[in-house]
Amino acid sequence: MTTQTAANAPSTLSEWLVYWRIDLQLLVALLCCGAVGLFVLYSASGQSTTLVLNQAIRFGIGILGMLMVAQIPPEWFRVGAPWLFTLGVALLTLVILVGDTAMGAQRWLDFGFMRFQPSEIMKLAAPLAIAAYFHDKSLPPTLGRVAVAAAMIAVPAALIADQPDLGTALLVATAGAFAIYFAGLRWRVILVLALLAAAAAPLLWFNMHEYQQARVLTFLNPASDPTGAGYHISQSKIAIGSGGLFGKGWLNGSQAHLNFLPESDTDFVFAVFAEETGLFGVIALLALYCFIVARGLYIAAKSQDTFQRLAAGSLSLTFFIYVFVNIGMVAGLMPVVGVPLPLISYGGTSMVILLASFGILMSIHTHRKLLAT
Amino acid sequence: MAADDAIKDHAAERRLFVVRTLVVGTVLGVMVATLVARVAYLQVYRHAYYETRSQDNRMRVQVIPPVRGLIYDRNGVVLADNLPAYRLEIVAEQVEDLDATLDRLDEVVEIREADRQRFRDRLSKTPHFRGVPIRLNLSQREVARFEVNRGAFPGVEIRAGLTRHYPLGRVAAHLVGYVGGITAQDLGHVDNTRYRGSNHIGKAGAEYSFESRLHGYPGSRVVETNAGGRALRELEMNRPTAGENLYLTVDARLQSAAYEALGDNDGAVVAMNPETGGVLAMVSKPSYEPDLFVDGISGDKYRQLTADPHMPLYNRAMQGRYPPGSTIKPVMALAGLETDAIPATKKVWCPGYITLPGSERRYRDWKRTGHGWVDMREAIYRSSDVYFYKLALKLGIDNLHRYGAMFGLGSPTGIDLPRESSGIMPSRDWKRGARDLPWYPGETLNTVIGQGFMTATPLQLAQMTSLIAERGAGYQPHVLNGWKAPSDENFQSAPARPLAPIDLEDRDHWQVVIDGMVDVVSAPRGTAHHYVGQNLDYSIAGKSGTSQVAGLAQNQAAPDIEDVERRFRDHALFVAFAPVESPEIAVAVVVEHGGGGSSVAGPIARRVIDAYRADQPMLQANRETPQ
Repeated sequence: MTTQTAANAPSTLSEWLVYWRIDLQLLVALLCCGAVGLFVLYSASGQSTTLVLNQAIRFGIGILGMLMVAQIPPEWFRVGAPWLFTLGVALLTLVILVGDTAMGAQRWLDFGFMRFQPSEIMKLAAPLAIAAYFHDKSLPPTLGRVAVAAAMIAVPAALIADQPDLGTALLVATAGAFAIYFAGLRWRVILVLALLAAAAAPLLWFNMHEYQQARVLTFLNPASDPTGAGYHISQSKIAIGSGGLFGKGWLNGSQAHLNFLPESDTDFVFAVFAEETGLFGVIALLALYCFIVARGLYIAAKSQDTFQRLAAGSLSLTFFIYVFVNIGMVAGLMPVVGVPLPLISYGGTSMVILLASFGILMSIHTHRKLLAT
Repeated sequence: MAADDAIKDHAAERRLFVVRTLVVGTVLGVMVATLVARVAYLQVYRHAYYETRSQDNRMRVQVIPPVRGLIYDRNGVVLADNLPAYRLEIVAEQVEDLDATLDRLDEVVEIREADRQRFRDRLSKTPHFRGVPIRLNLSQREVARFEVNRGAFPGVEIRAGLTRHYPLGRVAAHLVGYVGGITAQDLGHVDNTRYRGSNHIGKAGAEYSFESRLHGYPGSRVVETNAGGRALRELEMNRPTAGENLYLTVDARLQSAAYEALGDNDGAVVAMNPETGGVLAMVSKPSYEPDLFVDGISGDKYRQLTADPHMPLYNRAMQGRYPPGSTIKPVMALAGLETDAIPATKKVWCPGYITLPGSERRYRDWKRTGHGWVDMREAIYRSSDVYFYKLALKLGIDNLHRYGAMFGLGSPTGIDLPRESSGIMPSRDWKRGARDLPWYPGETLNTVIGQGFMTATPLQLAQMTSLIAERGAGYQPHVLNGWKAPSDENFQSAPARPLAPIDLEDRDHWQVVIDGMVDVVSAPRGTAHHYVGQNLDYSIAGKSGTSQVAGLAQNQAAPDIEDVERRFRDHALFVAFAPVESPEIAVAVVVEHGGGGSSVAGPIARRVIDAYRADQPMLQANRETPQ
């Protein structure tokens, strides 16, 4: 068990990459994704160079952060995960107590110099903490341990749902659930839970806020309110549908440029992309996303201990879920939830957190020890 | 458990993970396939539909309303004008808090409760993202005030348009009419496509009659818009065709003079060119301010107008039915001459009354003492009732009706203005139809002096006078002289419609009657000599009429008019034309409850003719083309 030639100066590209803890395939795919994002944003924002520049700077910071995170040995994450998780829960509690209210929901903590959404931390902290929890347990886990892990999901999810931000709460819960799934939750239990969830759906419905119910109803029948909540979905479907096979061409998407499409540079940016690049562009983008997810799962499969496997696997799946939920929402497959399109939507926090999670993946992949065979 | 954990089977865990990854990978594959299928459904299968929706979103057809044609008088004086008007519009969808915005707006531009009410009514009927007017006719000052503050009012905009204005106001209100808001009822009888985007439609007078000429044809432009409905780029443009500019036969100065001449009386003046039938002036009093109707009259003001006992909205010149009184005697005299009922020179004894055989009832002359022996000419200028009673007995109602009808009495003149009354020229048939009663001889006596059942509008009396002036030839009364299309400068004359000529057996009979009418004004014993015939430097022929509103009991002396409550007083009428040799103007004046025809209506007719003469000192041949 000797570490790779870390102490020696790298002489080849692959040595250099490992030295700097970079996974080239992941990095290239992420950079491609970010570049596509900047082009789409330029079009979606009505050719605003300021906005694109802002996003480019954030993306650069995110990539830099990712590379810095990659330098940290994965053990540190395992050790740090419970602390990060505890901090996250504390901050979420703080938000409930003193948080800023924006758009009718308390999601932000204002530190004076920056505003910050603690729920974003939880997207990382929840799966990491659960992975850390299962690290030294024998797998598949006993029901008792699954219950503990489930509680670790439920507490932050409940706190976030209370803000109220049902979408993020579900995403955080999903991220944690992936870790439990990879830990080996028995299929029988999964089946039972699925049935329970189906049974609980009505209960959830009645505990939803009115605007959340409205979103679901609007999703089910967008035509019911074409100028109000359904307007988003109707317009984004028009944008996507009018794109056709080949799209209207970059900067030629009339829906977004003429302001018919709301939030065209944030949550609904996919509609602009689909309108301008058509079905072929959409398939190419999905392929790029799938490649990133597949690379993540490959890293997980190659990883060397339980924590790394569970962490890498659940982070990769979480990334996929963002993609799926966002596109599904914009294409009118599911209710409107405030989930950005990863690496493309305009916005800072979520991108930095996402890239940090890829930093963890790189760290896991590049810190592998040579095992004696 | 601890013991259990101690023996972690790393190889088994790795296998477990690989299986889990394969399973989840399959699920992911299905999910990605779902997304692709969904997007493909939208982009391929429903592409045509969404493509159309996208185009609809992008292109908006805006209707450009045409500019309404102007109305001029015969000399090019504007009677109906377009004025630029600014209105304040709100796109409600672009305003966050409507009530707060209206409150703040009120500090800049006055917004009354009525404005808010109207705004809310209209808002509920307007599609989303369309502007709804909150204030009409902003003053320049208000426009400026808003422009300074416009940054504070997103979604609120000033729109420029045109509104209608009537420079002559009350003076020509009934003649020119007015435009008003388009109602569903209006749209029932016009081509709706011409009115998309228009705010106004002719409601009364010439504005109503010539609506289809004045209105023009809307244009359209296809614009690319954003979701706010704001036009970004023009893709296509079809210019509207403005309405035609109309030239009326009316003389604005004469109209004003006639309006002044009527004074504070209720009544009407119609002046026309007897040669052409062109109406020179048409006044009805009391009048109203037509501008009030243009942008919607308030309920209070409208009720005020409709509840006024003097009925200002009612066009007395065409709708007012008055017993014509003695003004029809010249026509009755012609009937007598033409039917050989009486020679012009035959003298008839006129005591103060006659009785019909077998009846005690006395048919009185307006002059209790009678006129003595009078021939036809004298009977006309002294207005002997008994002479005409005796004539009527010889003629019978059938002849009276025949000759009255020849001069247009009892049927509408067909003037090119709306809502004309036909009046009544009674006959046996008429009475059977209207009253289901036979004709009684006494009624013939009432008819010959323009009383009883008989009624006529001032316009009909003007037409009758014109026909006498022109000795039986004439054209249908009209106000439209011609028009100019906005595109070319060629003046198009309105087609003249000749009336069926009145061919007398003996054309000299015209002269007898006209001489009698000249003497009304110029003979020392003419009824109007004192009131009309003073200081004349041109020749004028006229006939007075004083028609009873309330019947007097037998043997009752005509009371002094000052003692009679105004509404029971006689109507005063006067018809005239001048100059006699080559008539250029025919006038009919009715003063409701004015008293004596010669004393009250006569001077008004004289002033109208004087005003006409002041403008046309040469009294030369008429021109009907504008300068």
